[in-house]
This record gives sequence, C-alpha cells and structure tokens, in this order.
Amino acid sequence: MRPAVHTARLGLARGWTETRHSLTSPQDLGWNVFVVTVFVVVLLLQRNAKVDGSTLPLAMLTLPSILGMWVAVAGYSGAAGTLAAEREDGTLLRAKAVPQGMVGYLVGRIVSLSLITLFMLVIILVAGLLLLPDLATAGGSGWLVLLWVAALGLLATLPWGAVIGSLVRSPNSAFGLTMLPLIALTAISGIFYPISALPGWVQEVAQVFPIYWLGLGIRSALLPDAAAVLEISGSWRHLETALVLGSWAVAGLLIAPPVLRRMARRESGSAMEVRRQQHLQRTP
Amino acid sequence: MTVLDKRGAFAPDGAGDPVIEVRGLRMRYGSRDALSGVDFTVRRGEVITLLGPNGAGKSTTIEILEGFRLRSAGEVWVLGVDPAKGDERWRARIGVVLQSWRDHGRWRVRDLLAHLGSYYRPYATPERERPHDVDELIETVGLAEQAEQRLVSLSGGQRRRLDVAIGLVGRPELLFLDEPTAGFDPQARRDFHDLVHRLSDLEDTTILLATHDLAEAEQLADRILILAAGLVVADGSADQLARQVAGQAEVRWSRHGERFVHATPDATGFVRELFAQYGDEVADLEVRRASLEDTYMAIAHRHERAELEAVSAR
Repeated sequence: MRPAVHTARLGLARGWTETRHSLTSPQDLGWNVFVVTVFVVVLLLQRNAKVDGSTLPLAMLTLPSILGMWVAVAGYSGAAGTLAAEREDGTLLRAKAVPQGMVGYLVGRIVSLSLITLFMLVIILVAGLLLLPDLATAGGSGWLVLLWVAALGLLATLPWGAVIGSLVRSPNSAFGLTMLPLIALTAISGIFYPISALPGWVQEVAQVFPIYWLGLGIRSALLPDAAAVLEISGSWRHLETALVLGSWAVAGLLIAPPVLRRMARRESGSAMEVRRQQHLQRTP
Repeated sequence: MTVLDKRGAFAPDGAGDPVIEVRGLRMRYGSRDALSGVDFTVRRGEVITLLGPNGAGKSTTIEILEGFRLRSAGEVWVLGVDPAKGDERWRARIGVVLQSWRDHGRWRVRDLLAHLGSYYRPYATPERERPHDVDELIETVGLAEQAEQRLVSLSGGQRRRLDVAIGLVGRPELLFLDEPTAGFDPQARRDFHDLVHRLSDLEDTTILLATHDLAEAEQLADRILILAAGLVVADGSADQLARQVAGQAEVRWSRHGERFVHATPDATGFVRELFAQYGDEVADLEVRRASLEDTYMAIAHRHERAELEAVSAR
C-alpha cells in the first residue's frame, strides 16, 4: 500500500463524510436556505428592470454573476473561516497527532468545500432558472464553461482563504478579514449591476481580482452570445479570464503550502488551550 | 534501533531499552526559562508520572517529546529519534491523548475512531497490528453504548475516554497523556486508572503521564518525576521519594498522660533509645513515615521559595 495513495483515499473519504455532515446539519442548511432566499429576493426585485441599452432583464445578468461571486465567497471566506475555527477547536491538532493526518485533513477540506460549493451553485441556479426560464438556453458548451470557470475560480481563491485562515488568531478575524474585502470587491465587480456603470479606474481595480472574472466567466456560460456587447470591450474575454484566475491560482498554490506548514508546525496543545481560553472570554 | 546503539553512554542498565532520553533539555520563552536543564530516562514498559504544580513545565516537556514544540537546547531521543525531526513512521509509533474540546462534533464515535485509525494501517508490523480493532477499543474505554452517538452529545467524561481511545487507536509503543483525568468524576477516574494498568500490562505500552494530582501519580506510576521551576527535582518510586527526599519520620508517644512528638531520620534507633530509657512508661506509640504528599509539598515549596528569592534578587 503506497502511503500517499492511502492518505489521498482517506482524505477523499473524510471530505465526503464532512460534506454529508454539512448537508444534513440543520444549522448549515438553515444558513444555505437563508443565502438562497436573499439571492432570490434580489432577483425578484430586479426582474422588471432592463439593462441600459438592451432588452435583457437585469436579473438575467445578476444570476450568473451571483454564482461567480459565490465561488469566491466559498473559496475565501469558507476556507479561512473553517481553518480558523478548526485550529481553535483542536481538529487540526488531532490531525497533526496521526501519521499523514494533516495531508488527510487538507484533502478532506478541499473536497468538502468544493462539493458544498457545487451543491450551493446548483441550488442557486435551480432557484434562479425557475424565475428566469430564458436562461436555460445555454447549450452543452455553456455548462462546460461554467464548470471550468467555477473550478479555476475555486483554485484561485481557496488557497488564499487557507492562507488567511492560517494567519489569523480567531475565527472572528478570519470572517472579518475575508467578508469585508469581499463585500467591497463585489460592489465594484459588476455583480449586482453592470460594471460599465462605474468610473474607469474602479473598473481597472476590479479587474485585478478574481470576483469580476468569475462573474464574467459564468455570464458567458449562461447568457446568449449577444449579451457580450454589455461587457468591457464587448467580448467574453475567455483567455483573459483563464489568465487572471490561473495566475491567482498559481500564486496561491505556491504561497499556501509553506504558510500551512508553518501554521501546522506551531499547533500544540498549549497553543490551543490559549485560544480556548480566549474563546471562552469572548462568549461569556 | 541502531541510533541507540551508537550512543553507548546511554546504554540500558538492566530493565528495558530506553524509550525516552532527555539530557539538558531547556526551553526559553522570551527571557523566562520554562525548562532549565531537564534530564531523565524512560525504559520500555514503564509507567512514568511527571508530577508538578501548574506552570512547572510538564506540558512543555510533553509537547517537546511529542514533537509538537521545538526545544531551545538539549538532547532528546524518543524511540531513538529526535522528535524535532520525527517522520510519519515515527509518528505512527506514538500515541497522544489530547485534551479535546469540541472538534469533530458532527462525527459519530465509531466513524471517527475508524477514520483516524485508518491512517495507521500502512505502518502495521508483524509484531504490532495497526490499527486497533475499533469495536474492541470502544468496549475497552467503556463507550459501547455511545458508539453511534455524535461527539457533540457526549458528556465531558465520555469525551475524555474517547480522547484516550483515539490516542490508542494506532497501538502506540509509547503513549503521552497530559492531565488525563482533569474533570473526571471518581468512578471515571477509577476506570481510567484500571485502563492504564491494563495497557502497560497487556500491550507493553510505555506511558508518560503528566499530572498535578498526587494520588493519581501514586496510583499509576512505576516511577515519579517531580518537576518544579523547570527542573527534575526528584526521581523514584513513590516509596523511594518519601524516603529519599523527606527522610524524616514522625514518632509520637505519651508518658504519664503527656503527649510527645519527635521528627527523626532514624525512627527505629530513636524508638530503641526511647524504650531503653523509659521502658514501660512509653504508651500510645506511633511511627509515621512522611507520605508522598509531605514529600511533594516539601519539594515544591523549597523550589518555589528558591525561585522567588532568585526573582527578588534580580
């Protein structure tokens, strides 16, 4: 039995178990229902608004954009929050105490975060399609684009989420450090209204980060080709999307392993005890 | 074990092979020495208790031996390997009982044990099958009725027993326990002590256990190491410690209704004198050797005082 193969298999099994736990947990399901409801309300409100200079309802642009944004939320906030919480509660120390446990833990987390994100994307998409049946015109190639953009988007964001989760002191700061920038970036990335409405320099800034490209990529997957005229330079820019998301992915995958190793090396019972005391003080 | 053979200086003298060897271990946090030159050896099959007040450096020592913390100086060998460089093969031979809190809350007891146990499968040897049979282990720690429960629903004591089971699931040759019975009720403590005895008898597991609980140390240990102010200040069986360190026995008697107390290192000689001098007049004779508690208090106080003086001298 090759240890690496064995560990990978254990990580997959672990990821699947964690996914099952999350999908059957009333707490997680409640949160998921809440999120989907918020998005549905937004789509309902935008249903009758038309995009400037087009006959498309604004909601048709917003649904794919939300899917793109959600990939980034899951990648950054999901990864950072889970890692910070599981450092605090001792899951990581547990993993460290068994041979190859850290590798198994990480594989498991990547698998479960990806599966749970996929599940959410499907739910949001189904809810959206019920409201906007016209979107369902995307052909097989559209679904393929959706898949590669979502997968590359996760790769571009998840390692950075893991880096943040490794560096922060508490789950609360993980949440703050990821959600606040996410909200700001969402506001300038053309998620809830076309980016062309914003000043040029803001558009430039937005194009540095993955969220804009995730939104653009998934719009290109689900909208008719004619809708590309509404985008910057009137094109879906698949090559640029792949390049920007790919660069973030490569950089993240280079930076995350040493940061994770350093974090893992520092995990110990007494470090955990300190965090536990801090946690108890935060929640009287 | 070629590594051990090369270092003849620490060669075994009688009992089993050394499983843990610590020489001049130091740990500095900033300007404070948590450990200032700790030495000790643990041999195969021994149950050793690291006893000391809170803050004496017990947890630090254990974490260094577990490979969870890097030491500042000194030599440390655990199963023939420097823990700072221990690989996964080494890790698989060691069991760590963690003070868990609320990790894996959604997992069921049997599922988690089976999952964590699977990591040890590639490290099985002909003499030591790995991992442990999960149901047998659940039975051993008394969680059979909770096997299908989620961890969030376990009581504190049940959770600690699961911690022990997780520490054992890889059939470790060496087991570390840090304050294992903190928060146990008396029955759970008793059960846990039985479990430790069984482990060392049946599985030939070497056990290093840190506690600040004297009764527990006395109950479990073949040998007790007392740690105070970052040093091992005493090393021996409970009996030896009581003799070696306090050395004094207390003799009480009465004569003509008057009561006397005398402390002496040589109780037998003193009593012989006493009878030679007063004969039948001596009544209510009682000889009490210093208990481990007296010893421990004496040692701990002596070192705390020294520490305090050192601090105020600065």
